[in-house]
Formats: sequence, structure tokens, C-alpha cells
Amino acid sequence: MKKILFFTLLAVLIVSFAAGCSQGDENTLYFLNFKPESAAAFEKVAMKYKEETGKTLRVVTAASGTYEQTLKSEISKADPPVLFQLNGLNGYNSWKDYCMDLKSSTLYSHLSDPALAISVDEGVYGLPTAVEGYGIIYNKAITDRYFALGNRGVSYTSMEDIKSFEALSALVRDMTQHKEELGIRGVFASTSLKSGEDWRFHTHLANMPIYYEFVDREILGQSNIDNVAFSYASEYKNLFDLYLNHSTTDPKLLGSKQVADSMSEFALGQCAMVQNGNWAWSQIADISGNTVKSEDIKFLPLYIGVPGEEKQGLCVGTETYFAVNKQAPAEKQQLALDFLSWLYTSDNGKELITKELGYIAPYDTFKDDEAPADPLGKEVYSWMNREGVYTVPWVFSVFPGQNFKNDVGAGLLQYAQGTKTWDNVKEIFVNRWKEETR
Amino acid sequence: MQRSLQKYFWLFLLPTLIAFAISFLVPFVMGIGLSFTEFTTVQDARFVGLQNYIDAIVGNADFINAFWFTVKFTVVSVVSINLLAFILALFLTKGLKGTNFFRTAFFTPNLIGGIVLGYIWQLIINGILAGMGVDLTYDASYGFWGLVVLMNWQMIGYMMIIYVAGLQNIPTELGEVASIDGANGWQTLRHITLPLVMPSVTVCTFLTLSNSFKMFDQNYALTAGAPGKQTQMLALDIYNTFYGSVGQEGVGQAKAVLFFILVSLIALVQLRITRSREADV
Repeated sequence: MKKILFFTLLAVLIVSFAAGCSQGDENTLYFLNFKPESAAAFEKVAMKYKEETGKTLRVVTAASGTYEQTLKSEISKADPPVLFQLNGLNGYNSWKDYCMDLKSSTLYSHLSDPALAISVDEGVYGLPTAVEGYGIIYNKAITDRYFALGNRGVSYTSMEDIKSFEALSALVRDMTQHKEELGIRGVFASTSLKSGEDWRFHTHLANMPIYYEFVDREILGQSNIDNVAFSYASEYKNLFDLYLNHSTTDPKLLGSKQVADSMSEFALGQCAMVQNGNWAWSQIADISGNTVKSEDIKFLPLYIGVPGEEKQGLCVGTETYFAVNKQAPAEKQQLALDFLSWLYTSDNGKELITKELGYIAPYDTFKDDEAPADPLGKEVYSWMNREGVYTVPWVFSVFPGQNFKNDVGAGLLQYAQGTKTWDNVKEIFVNRWKEETR
Repeated sequence: MQRSLQKYFWLFLLPTLIAFAISFLVPFVMGIGLSFTEFTTVQDARFVGLQNYIDAIVGNADFINAFWFTVKFTVVSVVSINLLAFILALFLTKGLKGTNFFRTAFFTPNLIGGIVLGYIWQLIINGILAGMGVDLTYDASYGFWGLVVLMNWQMIGYMMIIYVAGLQNIPTELGEVASIDGANGWQTLRHITLPLVMPSVTVCTFLTLSNSFKMFDQNYALTAGAPGKQTQMLALDIYNTFYGSVGQEGVGQAKAVLFFILVSLIALVQLRITRSREADV
């Protein structure tokens, strides 16, 4: 009797152990998603894909700012992600052993401009997920109210006249004088500098000075750049100071502000402007008590005071690229390629891209009327096609790793709080860049 | 019955042994091995000798800074936690009214996870500091004392329970004898109670010391090292090295091995010292 009980228990143990180890079947595609803001939309994509093809898309989304470590641990597992995302050339450099050549894929043949892909030595290793743009988002209802004021101190009559840092700065200063009449707490939303929430400044805003520096040094488009002079630091400071000094929040309190705080201030009409990109639309639209009408949301380029910036447009680029795991089994790889071509070329897939994900897809399967429906996406699209305006590419994909960015972000915060000088920030930027690219 | 159990003891031990090997022994050995290599994922690693250890210590000052910050934090919190926990335990063994309620109340914070506590205290401390027009990231000393308060709040209840158990084990006759001999309260505490609760002191200092030294979640959630990296403790520095920079995984691993050696050394020394003070009854 005892023996029977013993062996039964043993059997139960073994069976439950084996069950715990079972793997997904061969019709399941494991996709590790980079963008938390797209997580909900990808769930819908997965449902639609299952409905239409019977294949399962398993989407796992890494929490904000933790993609690299999630990928690192997931890819060494027995059932690794087959479809994953790279953040530019730097991402490719750390993951090149895992990136399959996508030159012969259907999706690559539809890419509208081959320069948008990550290509290295004849091979194509990353295909752009979407083109995105960022700049200063402003609420036209508030600026219109300002331009209607009789006692305003600037001669500009509409936002169309704001085409340089000088003009922007004069406008913002005068708007601050009239903030009670405009019903705002400050012109700019909080400069969110909490650690992990500071990417709008250590990455996106820093793109501007570094872009102009790379243009001067004629090294635009290269990777593995092991030093910067940060020669446009004072121009960066121009706009950053403007954000700090004309904001809803005291600069000393910025260390606990998150991006979501800034976006809700904008959505609730407490400020007129906020620096962000077209992906932020859902963060504006979904806030309860949102007072901003979608037709009032417009973009302004990031003017920092560089000569000739009247022709400058938004910063447009690709943050994430699709890559297929080279070390996954061939049938799984095929599954990934099939999914990508379904998503970007089939009618249902395309609808999901424009309606749910809100991506501006750089593929020739999309016609002009298939541009995203949200106002920010539309704005980016129209700025990209504006006559005589150059777009600023995203050079931040060659910035060193997260440690560099965190240190710059921490420096910016301490500068805002007054415990570090601007020269300290410059030093951090230049020195940490050198150290991290050693 | 006895004999057949003895025959099968390894079978009963096996599940635990397997779990221990999979989740502890194998990663531990692999981890030490990886600290001598350069790697992105654990399967492909390239041997680089002691380079990672050199980078960890000499490469930049982060690790050393984090070490000193951790030491300061550990000293302050071990002393304050044990002192406060012992005082609480003394009061709560006097048979006062509501003793059970207070014991439960003080123990409760220990049941909440470190990340949650970190965020809760961040809100509280920022709320208070907002009155002065600053926040937790303004000055490293705010972060330091914030961590100390948080750690005290979390650990005192647990340590108090251990001290309560120790105090209740002391035979009441000893106290009576002492008072007949004319000892006052302080003398009783110093010469009777303290030597007899030394075993509890050993356990408590060990727990607080190793927990403070290894602290991660509370640090991650409360300050995340801000301002800059000034409130970054060792565990957080290792985490940031490993995940924050491209190609630095091996250095992070080397730091982790050094961290392990440090923690074990400190714990062993501490155990030896407090053990030698335990009185035999």
C-alpha cells in the first residue's frame, strides 16, 4: 500500500514537472515587442491574425526602458523570440549574431526607400517598423487665443511666423506674461526628468545639436562614432532653458515628473506646448477630461538657434526595426516573414497598421489615403512632404548605450535643480560618450 | 519502516536537490565562469582573463562609490533597526494592554514588497519635500535618509518579533533574583537580559546586515541612484553595468562575483563576533 502511494506520488511529480516544460507548438510565433505604447494594439493584431490565418502570434512587451535586458534573457531560452526589434545600428551591433539576412524577404521588396533599412555589407538585417516624427506639439486653440489678444508684445500674427528659435523664444516669453489671460499654468509642460522618463531630453532633444555637429564634421550616417565635441551645446541649452523657465512646474521639482504627467498637463489644457512625437497621440486622447480638440493639435520643429533653421522640419526617423532571429529553426523564421508581409501588405494588416498602431509605414503598399488617422501622424506626414523643408534624421541611434543616456539625463536634472552648472553637463556628455564607446 | 525510509532518503531529497542545482548551483558556477569572459548571451562567451575585474575596480569610480555608499547605509541601518526593534520588543513583552495588536501592526510592513514600498515612500517623501520646493532627487542625503527610514520601517517589525521570542525565553526567576539582590532596572537589562538575548542579536544583526548590504528593490524604486549615481548601492550598480552599457556584461558579472565575496566575508566575520558573546545558560 505504502509503495503504491509512493510511486503514484512520484509519477504525479514527474508528470507535473514535464507539463511545466512544454513548449509552444510550431504555429506559434513569438514576438518580443519594443514599444509599450503599441502593446494593446499588437494584442488586437494577434487576434485578427489568428482569425484570418489560424496562426498564433505571441506578443510579449518589455516594460519601458528594459527591452535590452528582456531580450538578453529571453533569447537564451529554449523557446526564444523569433521576431524581435532593433533600435538602430547600435542595436544591430550588439545583436548581429542573431540577425538573419532579410534581403530576399517580401517586405524588403516593398520598402519605399532602401536607405531606411539597416544594411551592412550587402546584407539587410533590420526593416523599419514605422517612420515617426517629433517636435514641439502645440495646442492651436491656446495660441489662437494669444494671437487674438490686443496687448500682446510680439508682432507675429500666427504660428506660421514662428520659424526660428528667436521667434519661438520671444513668443514663449510673451505668452508667459499673459498666462492668466490664456488660462494656462505655463507655456511648456513639465520637463519630465525623473530617471527613466527623461528620454525626451537626453535622446530626442540631444538629437538636434548632434545632428548639426555631424553635418559639420561630414560624418552623418556613420556608426561607431567614438567622440563628440557637443559643439552645439549652447544651442541645446537655448531650448532646454526655455522649457525649464516657462513651464508649469518649478525646475527644482522636475526629478519626480513623468512623461505621462507632461502629456496630461497638455491634454487638460494647462499648458500650450510639449515636446513629443506622434506616438503620444493616445496619451493625449485617452486622458479623461481631455480638452484638446484633435484639429487643434499641431507640430512645430525644434528650433534651437542654428543659422538657416527657417527651413528645418521635424525630426523624422525610425526607432525600431524588425529583425528575425538567425538562430531560430527555419520554419519559425518563415512564420515570422509571413507575418511581416501579412501585416504590411494585406488589406487587413494595413488597416491595423494605420488605425490601431498608428504607424506611418514606409512601404509602397500604402497609398496616400492610407496615412494614419490620428492628428499627430497626419501632421508628421504633412511636414515630411512640405516644400523647401528639410527633415532632421534621427542620429540618436548612434548614441552610446543606456548608461550614457541615464548619466546625461541625471546631469540635466541636476542642472535644472541648480546643483550642477551647464559646463558640468557638457563635460558629462562628452566624457561619458567617450567612455561608453571605448 | 525506519530502514526502508533510510534506503529511499535520496529519493525524497531529489526534488529539492534538483531545484537547488538548477536554480542555484549551476547559475552560480556559470556566473563565476562568465566573469572571465566577454558575452552578450550566456551561450557565446569569449575568454578575456582578468580584464573584467580590472575594469570593474579601476574602469570607473561607480563601483567604489557604490561600495562606500552601501557601507554607510548598512552601518546606519543595522544600528538603528536593531536598537529600535529591541526597544519595541522590551515594551511589547511588559504585558501592556493591546500588545498583540501592536505586534501585528509593527510586523505588517514586512509583508509588503520592496518595490511597492519604494514607490509609496517616494510619494510620501516627495510630498514632504515639496513643501521646501525640492524633491528626493535634489540632494543625495535626502535619498540616503529616505532609504534608511524605508528600511527601518520595513525591517523593525520582523526583528522585533525575533527579539520578543528571545525575551520571552528568559526565565522570570533570574529577574526576580536580581531584584532581590538589589539590582536596578538598568543593571538587570545590562547584565541579565542582554547576555541572554545574544542569540537573537546574532540572528537579527545577521539578517539586517546582509539585507541592507544586498538591498536592491527599495533602492531601485525609491531613488534609482538619483541624483546622478550618488545614491546607487552595489546591487543596483551591478544591474546597471550589466544591462545599461553595450558589451559590459562581463564587467557586471565580475562585479557580482566581487559582491558575493564581500557579502560572505562580512557575514562570516559578523557571525563570529556575535557568537563569541553569546552566553550559555
